[in-house]
Amino acid sequence: MNITEIKTVEHDVIVLGAGGAGLRAAIECSMQGLSTGLVCKSLLGKAHTVMAEGGVAASLGNADARDHWKVHFRDTMRGGKFLNNWRMAELHAKQAPERVRELEEWGAVFDRTKTGLINQRNFGGHRYPRLAHVGDRTGLEIIRTLQDRGIHQGIEVYMECTGLDLLKDKDRISGMVAMWRETGEFIIFRCKAVILATGGGGKAWKITSNSWEYTGDGYGMAYEAGAELMDMEFTQFHPTGMVWPPSVRGTLVTEGVRGEGGILVNADEERFMFNNISNRFAAETADTEEEAARWLAGDKDARRPPELLTRDVVARAIRKEVQAGRGSPHGGAFLDIATRRNAEDIKRKLPSMYHQFKVLAELDITKDPMEVGPTLHYFMGGIRVDADSQMTRVPGLFACGECAAGVHGANRLGGNSLSDLLVCGKLAGSGAVNYIQAVSTVPELNDEQAKNIIRSATNILNRDTGGNPYLIHEKLQELMQNNVGIVRSDELLGEGIQGLVDLWEEYANVKADGTSQFNPGWHEALSLRNLLVTSEAVARAARMREESRGAHTRLDFEGEQAAWLQYNIVLKKTEDGSMSTEKVLRDEPDAELMRIANLSIEALEAEVLREKDSTG
Amino acid sequence: MALRNFKLFRGNQNEGTMEHYSVEVDKGMVVLDAIHHIQAEQAGDMALRWNCKAGKCGSCSVEINGKPKLSCMTRMNEYGPEETISVRPLQSFPVMKDLVSDVSWNYEQNKNITPFKPDPLKKGNYIMMQEDIDRVQEFRKCLECYLCQNVCHVLRDQRQKDKFIGPRFMIRLASLEMHPLDTADRIPDVKDTHGSGMCNITRCCTDVCPEHIQITDNGIIPLKERVVDRYYDPLLRLFYKLFRRKSPN
Amino acid sequence: MVTFSQQSSGKFLSTYRSDKWWFEPLWTGLGFLSFVAYTTWAMFQGDYYWWSGGQEGFGGYLSPFYSPLLFIKEAVVGSAPMDHSWFGSWPGWWPVLIPASPAILILAGPLSFRMTCYYYRKFYYRAYFMSPPACAVSGISQKNYKGETALLVFQNLHRYTLYIALGFVVILSYDGFLSLFRGGEFGIGIGSIILIINPILLAGYTFGCHAFRHLTGGNQDCFTCPNGKPTFRHMVWRGVSWLNSRHILWAWISMLWVAFADFYVRMVSSGRWIDINTWGF
Repeated sequence: MNITEIKTVEHDVIVLGAGGAGLRAAIECSMQGLSTGLVCKSLLGKAHTVMAEGGVAASLGNADARDHWKVHFRDTMRGGKFLNNWRMAELHAKQAPERVRELEEWGAVFDRTKTGLINQRNFGGHRYPRLAHVGDRTGLEIIRTLQDRGIHQGIEVYMECTGLDLLKDKDRISGMVAMWRETGEFIIFRCKAVILATGGGGKAWKITSNSWEYTGDGYGMAYEAGAELMDMEFTQFHPTGMVWPPSVRGTLVTEGVRGEGGILVNADEERFMFNNISNRFAAETADTEEEAARWLAGDKDARRPPELLTRDVVARAIRKEVQAGRGSPHGGAFLDIATRRNAEDIKRKLPSMYHQFKVLAELDITKDPMEVGPTLHYFMGGIRVDADSQMTRVPGLFACGECAAGVHGANRLGGNSLSDLLVCGKLAGSGAVNYIQAVSTVPELNDEQAKNIIRSATNILNRDTGGNPYLIHEKLQELMQNNVGIVRSDELLGEGIQGLVDLWEEYANVKADGTSQFNPGWHEALSLRNLLVTSEAVARAARMREESRGAHTRLDFEGEQAAWLQYNIVLKKTEDGSMSTEKVLRDEPDAELMRIANLSIEALEAEVLREKDSTG
Repeated sequence: MALRNFKLFRGNQNEGTMEHYSVEVDKGMVVLDAIHHIQAEQAGDMALRWNCKAGKCGSCSVEINGKPKLSCMTRMNEYGPEETISVRPLQSFPVMKDLVSDVSWNYEQNKNITPFKPDPLKKGNYIMMQEDIDRVQEFRKCLECYLCQNVCHVLRDQRQKDKFIGPRFMIRLASLEMHPLDTADRIPDVKDTHGSGMCNITRCCTDVCPEHIQITDNGIIPLKERVVDRYYDPLLRLFYKLFRRKSPN
Repeated sequence: MVTFSQQSSGKFLSTYRSDKWWFEPLWTGLGFLSFVAYTTWAMFQGDYYWWSGGQEGFGGYLSPFYSPLLFIKEAVVGSAPMDHSWFGSWPGWWPVLIPASPAILILAGPLSFRMTCYYYRKFYYRAYFMSPPACAVSGISQKNYKGETALLVFQNLHRYTLYIALGFVVILSYDGFLSLFRGGEFGIGIGSIILIINPILLAGYTFGCHAFRHLTGGNQDCFTCPNGKPTFRHMVWRGVSWLNSRHILWAWISMLWVAFADFYVRMVSSGRWIDINTWGF
C-alpha cells in the first residue's frame, strides 16, 4: 500500500458528526476564522438530533417568569442525582437561553406565546414550563437551522464519510483517517484539532430509539487514541418507546405526550405512577389525580403529575408493572392522551406522534391509548472532558454533545440534551479555537499509523472466510439487552463481560462480502469495534458501581450510597491493550453551586424573586 | 408470517438488474423492514439509506412500484399478498449503488439561496405572533427527503437542473420570504436564478410529500404571485408609483 | 446483465408505476372536453336562453352562458326582451358567418379565468399536454423545456382574469335575483333555485382563487403588524385560504353547475321540461 495515493486534505479543525453538537461546534470554529471540515456518516441534516421531539430546555422565563438559570441548574443536578459535573451543569444552565435566542437569529421558528415570545412546555423533572419547542419536531428545526447557517459560513462538509481512527503526533492530535461510504476510498484529514460529536452507542442494544449511526464511534476512537471514558454505566432508558408492532419496537414516543397531559395506566386501569413517587420529589409532585388535573389546567399552586417524574423513575415503574403481570398486551404500559385532550389539540401539539402511530401502528392516538415501554435512548456518560474547553486528556482532541460526559450525571432530564448540544458544541468550538491559537507548529502525520488503520479496515473485506457482521451485531444486541439492561446485577454483568470476550474474538475474524463500494456489510463490520468498546465500557463500569443511582439500577445494591457519590468511574486503554476501570475521586464542588442545588424550592424561588426585583 | 416477493434494483448508474428475493414478513412490517431482512440474510452488500425509521429524517426515499415513497413509512399491507414489490432508487439523480442515489445536487442548490437576514433593530427577544409564523412553520416541516425533487418533471424528464431549483427549495425560499423578521429580497432570484417560471404547477411534489406540506398551493404559487407583483403586473406598479407606496414585498 | 437506463431517460409514457395512473388524466381530460363541447354547442345556438313564461315586465330565467346580454337579436325563439340588453339590438356589422349569439360576446371572460386558473393548469398540462401525464410517468421530453417562462408567460396575468370573473359573480348574482320574479311578481321556481345556487358556487370558486388569496393577504409577511393583533385582512385571508384548499372541488362543481343551469333554461324555454314554480306557469 502506498500512502501517497490516498488523498490528504488539510483543515485547522475536523468536526466528526453533524448532529446539533457537531454543527454548532463547526459553526463556532468557522465563525472564528478556522478552516473547518465537518465529517458525517449520513447525509447532512439526517443526524439523530432530528429525533429529538419535545424541545430544548432553557430558562427563558417566557412561559413562567419565575424561571432562572439557578432553578434549571438545581433541576439538572437533582435529575442527575448530583453526579453531574458541577461546572458543566452550571455553564449549561447559564448559557442555554443565549444559545436558544441565537438560533432564532439564525432563522429557527419556535412556537410562540400569546405575547409573541418563544413558547415553552412542561417536561419531566423541570420545575417550570421550560422547553422551547416547535410542535414535536424541535430537533429537526434545530438541525435545519444550524445546517443552513453552517453551509453559508463556508464549512466544508464531507457527507457519507465514516471516521475510522485518529492520528497522533506523539501526544497530540494530528489528524484522522476516514472512508467514503460511496466509493470505499480512504481519505486522510490533517488537522490541529478534532472535535468528536458522534453521539452515543445505543445500537449495542436490541430495543433502542437510536438509529444505525449510534455505534459509539467517538467512544471507540477516543479510547483508542488514549482518552478516558467516564460514567459509562449511566445509560438512559427512555420510559416511552413503542412496543408494537415488533419492527418498530423501541422507536421513541416523545415525553411531550406526558408534558401535554398524557397519563400512564396499567392493565387494571390504575394510574400507577402515583405509587412510585420517591421521597426526593414527594414535595414537588401531586399526590392526587385532582391536583394533577388542576396543574394541567394551569393552576400554578398545584404540583406536577407523577408522570413527569424523571425518566429513570418512570422507566423502572413501567418495568415493575410489566413484571407484576399488569402490563399491556405486548408488554408495556398504556400511555393515554386521548381522554385528556381533544383531538384537535393533540393533532396540533403532537402532529408527528399522531402520524407515527397512525402509519406504523395503525392506531389513532386521539381515540385510543398507546402502548409504550422502556427503550435505550441516551448515554449520560462518555468521553471525559474539561468543563470549560471540552478538551479530553489528549491535546487537540475535543468532545461535545452526547459523546461527552458530565452535564447530566446519573440521569438526564428531557430537553437538556438539545441545550447541551448547543452550549457544549459552542464551548468545544471555542475550546478548539483557543487551543489552535496556542499551537505553534502543525503536527506531523505519521504514515505508519494511517497505514495500520487502513489495513485493519480492508482486512475485513480481504479475508477469505469469517463471521457475518450482521449476526455478530445481533448477538451483541441480545447480550446487552439481557445482561446490561435496565436492571443489572453482578451475576448478569459478569456473564455479559464474558460474552463480550467471546464477541471480541468473533470480531477479530469478521468478514464482509462484496466490494468496497457502498457496502453496508462492511460498514457494519467497521462499526463493531466501536460498539464493542462501548459495550465493554458500560458493562465494566456498571459492574464496578455497587449502588443504584439514576439510570443505573443494581438488583444487588439497592438505593443510592453516599460513598459512591464521591466517585466517577473512568475507563481507559492500558499499555497491554486491555481496558482499565478505575474509581476516580470527584473534584470538590464550588460552594455557591452546592448551596443552590441543595436549597429547598421555596427558598430558591424566593431568592430568585428578590434578585429579579432588584434588577428590575 | 408470510413469504413475500421482492424485486430490488442491484447495480449502479451504468448497469444493473432487478434481482428477485423472497422474505418472511411479519405483521406490522414496513417495506424498509423487509429490505433489512433481505440485507441481513441474503444480500449483505446491498446499499440503501435509512436513519430514524420513523418518518422524521427523510433518508430512506426510494421508488416502490414506481411511486416515490419513504420506505420506513410504507406498510407492507398496502400491497396485495400476492403482489411483487419492486423497489428502485430515486430516478432523477445518478444512481450510486443499488437503492442509493447521489442527491448531492440538492445540497449545492441550498448554497445559492440568500440566507436569513433578520431585522437588526429587533434583536434580543424577537417578537413574532403565532399567526405570522404558521405559514413558515409548515414549510419548515420539510425533511429533505427529496421525493419532491425526484418526482418534479422539470428535473426528472425535462432535465432542467440548471434552470430550476426544485420544489424543496421553492418552499425554503417561501419560508424565508414569508418570515416576518427577514429583510432580504429574494424575488429577483426566485424568478431568474431559481426559476419559479419553470414550474407548471402540476403538483406531483405535493402529491408525494410525506409531511403533507402544501408545496404548490402554499409555497410555489404564492411565490409566483409575488413575482407577478414585481414583474408582470403593470397596473400594480403604476399604483405604487402614483401613490408612492412601498411595495409590500 | 441488462444495461440499466433510468426512467427519466426513457420514452414517452414510460413508468415503473403499476397502478392505474392514467385514470385521473383520462377522466379530467374527458370531463373537461365534454364541458367544452356542450358549451360550444350551446354558445352557437343563440336561442332558448331566456324563459319568463311569456310574461313581460321584471323577472325571468336567464342562462348564465348568455349573461350579460350585451346585444339582443330580436325575433329569436327563447330570447330575452330588449330591455335586458345593455347596448340595444344586435349590431348590423356582425359577420353573417358567425351565429348571432349573445354568448359568443362574453364567454371568453369566464373562460379566460378558468384557463389561467392554477388548478385548471395542473389538469390540462397533465391531461392534454402530457407535461407530465402523471407523477413519475415520462411526458414528452423536450430539448429545451421552458415551463411557463416563454410562450406560457401570459399565465401570469391570471389576476386580471380574476377581475373579470369577479364581475361575472356580481352579474350572475343579479340574474339569480331576477329569477325570483315573473312579470314583476315575486315567487320561486326550480329554475330560481338553480340560478341562485349558480353564483354561490361560482363565488366559492372565484373567492378561493390563488391570485385572490395573494391579493387579500398572501403578499403580506406580517399579519399582526403593527400592533400584534391579527388584522381584518388576516381574517379575510384565512377565509380565502379555506376556500382555496378546496379549490379543485369548487372548480368542478361550479363548472358543471353553470352548464346544467344553461341546459335547464334551454329545456324549459324550448318547452321540453316544465318548470315547477309558485307562479303557476
